[in-house]
Amino acid sequence: MQETYTVYLIETRPAETVPGGGVPAAPDTLWRRYSEFELLRTFLLVTYPYIIIPPLPEKRAEFQWHKLAADNLDPDFVERRRVGLENFLLRVASHPVLSNDKIYFLFLTEEKGWREAVLETGFQDKVDSRLKSLSAMFRVKNPDKRFTAMKQYSDELNTVISQLLRVRARVADRLYGVYKVHGNYGRVFSEWSAIEKEMGDGLQSAGHHMDTYAAQIDDILEEEEHYADQLKEYLFYTDAVRSVCKKHELIQYELEMAAQELISKKQQREELATGTVRVFSLKGITSKLFGTESQEQRESRLAALEQSIQEGEETLKEKNTECKEFVQMAWEDIERFKEQKDKDLREALISYAIMQISTCKKGIQVWSNAKDCFNKM
Amino acid sequence: MSVGAPRALASSGQKPITEILHPLSAAEEPLSVTVGGDKEVGLTNGTPVETSSPASTSSLFNRLQLDDDLEADVRDPYADSTEMRDLFVTVDNPKKHISTMETYITYRVSTKTSRVEFDLPEYCVRRRYQDFDWLRIKLEDSQPTHLIPPLPEKFVMKGVVDRFSEEFVETRMKALDKFLKRVADHPVLSFNPHLNAFLTAKDLNKRQGLALLSKVGESVKHVAGGYKLRARPAEFCAMGEYLDTFNQKLGTIDRIAQRILKEQSEYLTELREYGGVYSSWVGSEEELRRPLEGVAGCVTTSCGALEDLGDNMSLDFLPVLREYVLYLESIKNVLRKRDQSQAEYEGRLEAAILRKQEDRTPMPLEVEKCQDKVECFNADLKADWERWQSNKRHDFKQLLTGMADRNINSYEKSQAAWESLITLLQDKQTEDKTSETN
Repeated sequence: MQETYTVYLIETRPAETVPGGGVPAAPDTLWRRYSEFELLRTFLLVTYPYIIIPPLPEKRAEFQWHKLAADNLDPDFVERRRVGLENFLLRVASHPVLSNDKIYFLFLTEEKGWREAVLETGFQDKVDSRLKSLSAMFRVKNPDKRFTAMKQYSDELNTVISQLLRVRARVADRLYGVYKVHGNYGRVFSEWSAIEKEMGDGLQSAGHHMDTYAAQIDDILEEEEHYADQLKEYLFYTDAVRSVCKKHELIQYELEMAAQELISKKQQREELATGTVRVFSLKGITSKLFGTESQEQRESRLAALEQSIQEGEETLKEKNTECKEFVQMAWEDIERFKEQKDKDLREALISYAIMQISTCKKGIQVWSNAKDCFNKM
Repeated sequence: MSVGAPRALASSGQKPITEILHPLSAAEEPLSVTVGGDKEVGLTNGTPVETSSPASTSSLFNRLQLDDDLEADVRDPYADSTEMRDLFVTVDNPKKHISTMETYITYRVSTKTSRVEFDLPEYCVRRRYQDFDWLRIKLEDSQPTHLIPPLPEKFVMKGVVDRFSEEFVETRMKALDKFLKRVADHPVLSFNPHLNAFLTAKDLNKRQGLALLSKVGESVKHVAGGYKLRARPAEFCAMGEYLDTFNQKLGTIDRIAQRILKEQSEYLTELREYGGVYSSWVGSEEELRRPLEGVAGCVTTSCGALEDLGDNMSLDFLPVLREYVLYLESIKNVLRKRDQSQAEYEGRLEAAILRKQEDRTPMPLEVEKCQDKVECFNADLKADWERWQSNKRHDFKQLLTGMADRNINSYEKSQAAWESLITLLQDKQTEDKTSETN
């Protein structure tokens, strides 16, 4: 059975100049297919749950206006995907934490042995835990307000960008219609010019300009796809933000659970020591029903409990540290992300405005040319 | 063209035009004096006729407004720089009249002339569509060998179009103005007594009509049916073919224009929603607030520009196209009448020749008259055709450059909005940078 897929050529050049004036190292080049990118990203997601991992371009074309191909093998789609993949690698390369990752480095340099290297890290065990954190429904008692706000923001951003992309696709569709119908003027002016004497030339040339106008839309909409891609990147980014927030929630929850458990065990110890039953325990009830246990039994139970409490305190300490570290690193990355987002989206909006200006100028040009032809009629 | 003041009539002495009393004007005008342009489209109820003295402010003001119309005529494309025009007409100032029987609109028809056929140099009357229709029918009947310009559509679907909306009235008024100007511009039609009556009579007595039909008119009207034309002369064949093809092309252009309007309207709907999404995004952001608001604003501006474009095309472009289709219809009718008159001549000629062969009678006078008729008809038609072609060329040049201008205008508005947004955002950027470095 044959499978057709696309591979992308990755060329990496080291940024540092070669010391001592030696010959610069040849750039590393190798081929990767989309699924390998996916593997890399999954690895990063699992290994750095406190980092907002840059997204990959979409696997299948979505939010397309109808003229644009939704076919994965269509050259325009492949090209746009290539740009998206390159963007992904550049984002990772410029990230203060991710850029140092060994697996990422191997992705860029080691064509053959890379897959094994990834699997050897044993990251797959953590995949399940991550999925659990994403899908689980648990309630955190004292949520960190900053993370709650961030999760809410990322949900809002997701909603608004989805909406924007959907409406934009409809707008593009309609605009395509407007431009293309003008092409009909080209044909009818040409036919009309055949029966005219003095008006003929002017009409004919004007008709050509109408054809030009109709053709403009193809380039206009293609350029706008870049803008859509920029928005899409941030749409997918919101998923990454959400998963960091969710991971934090899980850690927070586990911390709260650990603290809870410790309290409960300490209470049990207290009861056992003083003989009072405050907390329900099966042992307590059975001992009430079937008689108290012997001193020996009691002491062994106490010792086990002490052990458990010790372990519990260790766990709590670990969880606490884990949580603190997570919060610190995650929040740092969130701040970094916010700045990056503001800058990138601002630039995207400016470049969108520039695109609109260019569209207007093109329109004015063509209509002015047509007007000159009409004047010569 | 030189806008020479119409030559003062000999009978009125050497008074300048503005001082000549104009009793008809003052009596006729159910005026509510308005300040502002002469082409005000306010629809107020017609007030009863004011019996103001001719020298009162209202009639003076009226004359001043007429002078404004004269200025407008300077730019009138129908003004021929080599011709000495001596008849100027304008249709404006629509007013709604509500009576117990019906509601209708009248228009002010103003005339300035130095022609001897007119008793006075200026006239101002109010006419309704029915009156224009009457005039056209009269012109067609009395000048069948000439091309009579078309009127805007008579019937409008009551549920679909609002007969009293500003846009409809304005469109109709422009078409009526054009109709009258074309007639006034015509070397033969402008001397038609029905036109005179239309422009001057206080009450247009439509039932009687004037008994001044020309002989040619009379005889052409009574062309007996039943004559079949054998061959249409080449040049009239060409005319007929041209009319058919042109009609086709106009129909196509009309359809394309309508389709564009539809597509633009649907685009506009989506675009409005699109702008709305940017506005709703503003709420979640801080740093991005300004650029997002800016983009939403530019989209809104573009929507406005697009809406204006659509309205203009509906009001100015499509009606003119349709008017020409009507024009073509009426020209084809004249062609047919010409054919009939030729057919009659040939028929009579044949019959006369046969009789001549039998009993040697001379060529009857009727046959000669028929021949004259045909030759006159052909000459009139050819002359009118040339005029029509020239005017058509001018009209379409204007129509299409107008369309181009409106599209350019729409893009310019949009471009200006986006450019000022970029300036705003870039200023902010440099502002931020300097504050960062400080």
